[in-house]
Amino acid sequence: MGIAIYILTFALLLVGIYAVVAKKNVIKIILGVLLIDYAVNLLLVLVGYRSPTGTGQLGKAPILAEGESAAELARTAVDPLPQAMVLTSIVIGLGLTALMVAMAVRLYEKYGTFDMDRIRRLRG
Amino acid sequence: MGIELFIVVLIAFMLLAALVAVEARDLLSSVIAVGAAGFALSVIDLLVGAPDLAITQVVVEVVALVLLIRVVLTRDDTSVTSARDVLRTGAVLLGAGVLLAAVFFAIGGRGIPQQGGGTLPPFGQPVLSHAPDAAVPPGVAADYLERGADQTGAVNTVTAVLLDFRAYDTLGEATVIFVSILGAYAILRRIGRRRDASTPDQEEGTPS
Amino acid sequence: MNQSGMTLIVKNTARLVSGFITVFGIYIALTGHLTPGGGFAGGVILAAAAALVVLSFGRESSSKLITGPACHVADAAGALGFLVVALLGYLAGDFFINFVPLGQRHHLASGGAIPLSNLAILIKVGAGLAGAFLALSAFRLAPRPDLTGGEEL
Repeated sequence: MGIAIYILTFALLLVGIYAVVAKKNVIKIILGVLLIDYAVNLLLVLVGYRSPTGTGQLGKAPILAEGESAAELARTAVDPLPQAMVLTSIVIGLGLTALMVAMAVRLYEKYGTFDMDRIRRLRG
Repeated sequence: MGIELFIVVLIAFMLLAALVAVEARDLLSSVIAVGAAGFALSVIDLLVGAPDLAITQVVVEVVALVLLIRVVLTRDDTSVTSARDVLRTGAVLLGAGVLLAAVFFAIGGRGIPQQGGGTLPPFGQPVLSHAPDAAVPPGVAADYLERGADQTGAVNTVTAVLLDFRAYDTLGEATVIFVSILGAYAILRRIGRRRDASTPDQEEGTPS
Repeated sequence: MNQSGMTLIVKNTARLVSGFITVFGIYIALTGHLTPGGGFAGGVILAAAAALVVLSFGRESSSKLITGPACHVADAAGALGFLVVALLGYLAGDFFINFVPLGQRHHLASGGAIPLSNLAILIKVGAGLAGAFLALSAFRLAPRPDLTGGEEL
C-alpha cells in the first residue's frame, strides 16, 4: 500500500509536467505549475509520516500536550522537519501564483488572447 | 491500514481532478478542478498529522482560486482547438516513460523495500528521525522534538523549528516572498486606468 | 446608491464578516507557538479579509480604506521588523538567538521572541498579498456584455 501512495504522487507530478510542456493556453500552463507544487508538497509531507505503533494510536501532530513528557512526544509524534519545509513552500507557491497571474493579465491586455501560438504570431 | 487506504483514495481523487483540469475545454472548469485538488490535499495533511499545513493550504487555496477566477472570468470564451502537435506529444510521453522507470527503480521494483531493495523508505517510517530506542542514533528531528519545549518555550514544535532552530531559512523565505510580490508590483505598475471610463464601447484597443 | 461594487446584501454581509476574519487572522498568527497556525497562515487570512472588502465594495470605494502606498509601507515595515528581531538577538550573544526570557509554558507570553517574529511575518505577508491583489484588480479585462451594470473590477 505504501508503494501505491508514492506512485500516485509521482503520477500527479507527471500530470503537472505534461500540462506545462504540452499545452498552449497560458492559464493551463499556470495550472500545471500549481499542480507540480501540490505534488512536491504532498511527497514531502508523506515522507515524514510515522505510522502508529502497536498501541493503535495514530501518528500524532508534534505539539506537546498539557501533561506530556518530551521523550514520549519524541517517540509517537510525526516528523516535524518536512512540515516546516512544506509550510514555507506553500506560501511561496502563493507568491508564485500571484506573479504568474500578473504576467497573464499583462499578456491578455497586450495581445487580447491567451493562446501562445497566436501571441507568437502577433508579436512581430 | 484504514488510514493508508483513505490516503490512497484521496490521492486518486487529486489525480482525477488534475486530469480534468488539464484536459477540460472550459477554463473555469479547470480552475475549479484545481481548487478541488487543493482541498483534497488539505484533508490529506490532516490525516498525516500536520494541522499547520492544513490551515495554511486551505487559506492559500482560497486566495489562489480568487486570483485565478478573476483572470479567467472576464474574457470571452473562444476556445480554439488546434491540431495536436505530434512531435511534442511524443517527446512528452517519452520523458514520462523515462521518469516512471526511474521512480520504479527508486522505490525498489526488484524487491521489497524492507529488504533493502530501493532508496525510498517504506511508508510510515520517517527518514530524518528514528525512534529513540533503535540501534542507530536518532536523527536530528528526534533531537528537536525532545529539546524543543525546553529550549524555546514553544509548545508547537513546527513553530519552534521554523522560528528558532531554523530561523535562517525563514529569513530566506521572507525574502523570496518579498521579491515575488515586488515582481508582481513591477509588472502591474503602469497606466492601468486607461479603461477607467464606464462605457465599454471604448474597449477596442486590444487586437482580437 | 449601488454605483460601485456588488449588491446591498453582499455589502452588508461583508461589513459584518470582515472584522471577524481580521481578528481571526491576528489570533492564528499570535498564538502560533501554542496551537497550529503561525505567522504565514495568519497573514494569508488577513489578505483574504482585504480581498473580501475590495471585491464587495468596488475599487474606488475601498481605496479610501486600503490604499496602495499603505500596503507598500506595511510590507516593507514587516520585513524590516523581522530583520530587527533577528539583529536584536545580538543582545544575547549571537544572530537570531532568543533574547526575551522564556515565560511559563502553555501561556501566551512563553516562547521568547517567537510571538514577535510571528507578528512581523503577519504584517509582511498580509500587507504584501493585499497590495498585490489591489494592484491586480486595477486592470479591467474585456468586460462581458451579459453582466448588467458592468463590474467594477
